[in-house]
Amino acid sequence: MRHRQAIALLALVGLFVALYLWLHQIGVGGELKCGTGACDTVQASRWARFVGIPVAAYGVVGYAALLTAALVGLQPAWLGRRGPIVLLAALATGGVLFTGWLTYLELFVIYAICRWCVGSAVIITLIWLVSLHGLRTPAPRTDP
Amino acid sequence: MKRFYVVLGVLAVALAGMLVYLLTARPGAAPAAVAAPTAVVDDGFRGDTLGSASAPVEVTEYGDFECPACAGFATVQMPTIKEQLIAPGKVRWRYRDYPLPMHPYARLAAHAAQCAGEQGKFWEMHDQLFSNHSWAQTGRDPSRLFRDFARATGVDLVRYDACMESGRYASRIEFSRLEGEQRLVDGTPTFYINGVKYVGRNNSDAFKAAVDSAAAARRR
Repeated sequence: MRHRQAIALLALVGLFVALYLWLHQIGVGGELKCGTGACDTVQASRWARFVGIPVAAYGVVGYAALLTAALVGLQPAWLGRRGPIVLLAALATGGVLFTGWLTYLELFVIYAICRWCVGSAVIITLIWLVSLHGLRTPAPRTDP
Repeated sequence: MKRFYVVLGVLAVALAGMLVYLLTARPGAAPAAVAAPTAVVDDGFRGDTLGSASAPVEVTEYGDFECPACAGFATVQMPTIKEQLIAPGKVRWRYRDYPLPMHPYARLAAHAAQCAGEQGKFWEMHDQLFSNHSWAQTGRDPSRLFRDFARATGVDLVRYDACMESGRYASRIEFSRLEGEQRLVDGTPTFYINGVKYVGRNNSDAFKAAVDSAAAARRR
């Protein structure tokens, strides 16, 4: 249960980060608040879209799916089943691979680092680690 | 379990508030660098140049950093022109600003290029602005992005920031635009070869022919 709760909280923060980047990409709000990072360079690069869709939109969908799966997994009917944590681990693995590719592009192709992207990378990595730990932990017993 | 949902709810509200703040707080571009100045002073500056001072032919380009055709020319044709005409000493290239009124950030971009030029990096900034031209399609304030470009050129960012904030080159840019108007610039990019308006195609082959012709005319 703790794993699913932790993933839900992390996914909520990740959803916020991805939502902010996506809204910026579609023109909502002013300049990207990025401190000393190079977020606009990353956001304006050709790699900011994947198959014609803003990369941040994938993040919004991914984190929303993780949040939903974690919350469903916390419902009494699902609490004793392993399905939700398996699904969470699968989603997180996809997210980590996608994020790894994006981080590679930032470091070695675009030569610019976006702090928000780094934040998202940390969050999805934490979610992945928690989900892996959850996979190795027996499902909690629930009273009928 | 109830405590978890309370924590989740509080976190959701806090993040939503932060999102609203981030989306609505707009520092914006330095106003002095964006708008046309009220007074125009000739500071004697006549554009940044590339190539030998003794080149027999001079090409003056009136350009707008927000103009897609200028970006296309700078990224597709200019490398060949540099290699075949400027590097061998046949041509000296002069860039003059001609920010078009329908481009809200053209003056800001021109100012960013001048601020980089102040530190000897005009052409590097010129290339950054044209090579990463997606900023011109978003409609969003590109100040931060221009600062990233400036950083990539290697300028001192403290001096760059002060320059942008002061808007000290706004008058110079407007002077250049007025000069273009007097020379009947009717779009961007517009070129003059040894002072004569060029009306041919904007590709490197056509430029090579026009430059050869201008050099031959000068020899006669």
